[in-house]
Amino acid sequence: MRRTVGALLRKELLVELRTLESVPGMSLFAVTTFVVFHFALNRDSVSGDLAAGVLWVTLLFASILGVNRLFVADADQGGFDSFLLAPVDRSALLIAKALALLAYLLVLELVAVPAFALLLLGPSLGQALPGLLAVLLLGDLGVAIIGTLVAALAVRTRARDLLGPLLALPLFVPIVIGGARASSPLLALAHPGDPAARWLITLALYDLLFGLITYGLFDFLLED
Amino acid sequence: MNALQLEGLARHYGEREALADVSLSLPEGQTMVVFGSNGAGKTTLLRVLATLLRPHGGSVRVFGSRLPEEAWAVRGRIGLLAHEPLLYRELTARENLRLHARLHGVGLARVDELLELVRMDGRSREPLRTLSRGMVQRVAVARTVLHDPQLLLLDEPHAHLDPAAVETLDALIGAPCGRTRVICSHDPGAGLAEADLVLGLRAGRPALLGAAGELSVAQITGLYR
Amino acid sequence: MQRARRSPADRAFRPEGRGLRSLSIATVAAMALALGLVFFYAPLDAEQGFLQKIFYVHVPLAIVALSGFVVAALMAIAHLRTRDARWDMRSYVAIHMSLIFAVATLLTGSIWAKGSWGHWWVWNEPTLVSFLIVFLLYATYQPLRFSIEDPERQARYASVFAITAGAFVPMNFIAVRLSTAYLHPRVLGSTSNLPAKMAFTFAVSLLAMALLYATLCKYELTAKNARAQLRALRRLADRRAGVGEAAQAAAPRRRSAAPSLHAPATMTARAAGRPGA
Repeated sequence: MRRTVGALLRKELLVELRTLESVPGMSLFAVTTFVVFHFALNRDSVSGDLAAGVLWVTLLFASILGVNRLFVADADQGGFDSFLLAPVDRSALLIAKALALLAYLLVLELVAVPAFALLLLGPSLGQALPGLLAVLLLGDLGVAIIGTLVAALAVRTRARDLLGPLLALPLFVPIVIGGARASSPLLALAHPGDPAARWLITLALYDLLFGLITYGLFDFLLED
Repeated sequence: MNALQLEGLARHYGEREALADVSLSLPEGQTMVVFGSNGAGKTTLLRVLATLLRPHGGSVRVFGSRLPEEAWAVRGRIGLLAHEPLLYRELTARENLRLHARLHGVGLARVDELLELVRMDGRSREPLRTLSRGMVQRVAVARTVLHDPQLLLLDEPHAHLDPAAVETLDALIGAPCGRTRVICSHDPGAGLAEADLVLGLRAGRPALLGAAGELSVAQITGLYR
Repeated sequence: MQRARRSPADRAFRPEGRGLRSLSIATVAAMALALGLVFFYAPLDAEQGFLQKIFYVHVPLAIVALSGFVVAALMAIAHLRTRDARWDMRSYVAIHMSLIFAVATLLTGSIWAKGSWGHWWVWNEPTLVSFLIVFLLYATYQPLRFSIEDPERQARYASVFAITAGAFVPMNFIAVRLSTAYLHPRVLGSTSNLPAKMAFTFAVSLLAMALLYATLCKYELTAKNARAQLRALRRLADRRAGVGEAAQAAAPRRRSAAPSLHAPATMTARAAGRPGA
């Protein structure tokens, strides 16, 4: 199983490195969105609730770009068939894709969070950074799992680019709730506080539950 | 035990019959050639045998294992050469085959051996999208036999191949390879010559079924009318 | 004359309309009773006055809609396990109907909010907010189905969606409740600590709403079944009359988001005891 996931993950990252279809687009989108927010909100800097909101909305919408591209190569080039013919556990594809998407999200944040700190964030990140990274990681896990499920669902339909976001966004709402609420005290102007435990638990539980659901349902999406 | 044992195989697409009433047995080591006009169900039959599609009715046994319940026992013993090469265009021939090898638990050395056998070792490190369709087909053949399958499912295997390539690949997927084969073909003459068993499909139903020796080319061309 | 033995094909098309009349009568009776209770039996609420009576419509609508989504998810599980298209049909109808009830929930909730607070929408009522999110999710069910042509795959993907969405509903409610109860107390009233008369009225209203849902679903299922039988018979007649496959295929059916029970004409032919066409 580990070998299969490794082989698939290697293929994913190779293809992404060669085509650069997802990650640069997602990162550029995030930075541009921050600029748009500056004009839309008519502010030079944001903090607290507003900062958390701008950051999470931007990350979510950028991640949807990645979700849309996740299975396209496989659907168009017969990747599903060649995988289904192999004597391996089908969940390996789910794990490999979710890990790949997680990797793209982490790289996205490597660009987006500093850009955010530079362009829009009022208070400095220094102290709050570890806490923020933890919250982002928990949120990313959820986005990766839900994103993989939704991508597999949407890719072999006629309106794949439209259905992906429409399906994903409501499912992302609890992640936004947990993530934004948890980040908000971290990005506060005066004394950055700690995220309330309840939001971290909410995120972790949601990730876990969706992980189980996706694991159980994924096989049914792979069949022809 | 027969390589293939089909009884009343049926598969529908909505309200349309894609396959119906297909019953046959194919002993190991023999070759069955499937004829039929476009849309007759040849590709559907191949995909059911490859465990990619579930049968909707009747029974299908491949090497004694019932599909779809025991499909897991059979996967890995089947090699499918489809219309699409089932390869990633952005990866090189070598990378594609190595991925396939890892998924099937085959040693990576075999990849280089096969690349030589299909005469693609010279261009094995270029992305497939830069290669001609004929070359991609050669890599696809390599992918098909990489894991040493006992059953070959070949959908018009000589499409896109020049006569020299056909000869080169004969050892791998032609009669000399000794494996059980199911071939979809549009060439009545050549197909009949290769076949032990002939199946002719019309609108998903078997219109013709028999040993190759007892059938004539004329009967096969009759299918296309 | 001997009764014909029932074949699998017959059983597949057993009229689902059995019991429809009794169900309809029960529904009408329950609704009449509920209405009577709401207007003449239940006491007026001290704070909100007559407007509060929307509670007897809004909350049952909400509960029935949510239960419908969860039941649809269970039916979808049955579909994936048995691959029987009838489960997919039932799941589709359940979601369809729950979606309508969900819209009704949002509308009645909005009216109530306007009456109590002067705004057509309030963010501090977690049930309403959760419903909005759930509605937005299930609104994609039909477009999803419509965008997949292969009927078997359409049903399968729809079932995966129904199960995911059904599991999402409770998680979403909890998440939203966590985020709003934190700031404001519930405003539109809860179902706990109701005085006896109100509780009884509420119970009857809930029953009436559930019966209404079940009856409407049964109507739709019966209609679909009848249509499927008609199509199968028509196809059988075509085959008898010698209309070739090509001519039949030449009248392509429009792409549809709704599942249809399909049985190739041969099945019905065999059921009729005659050699397949």
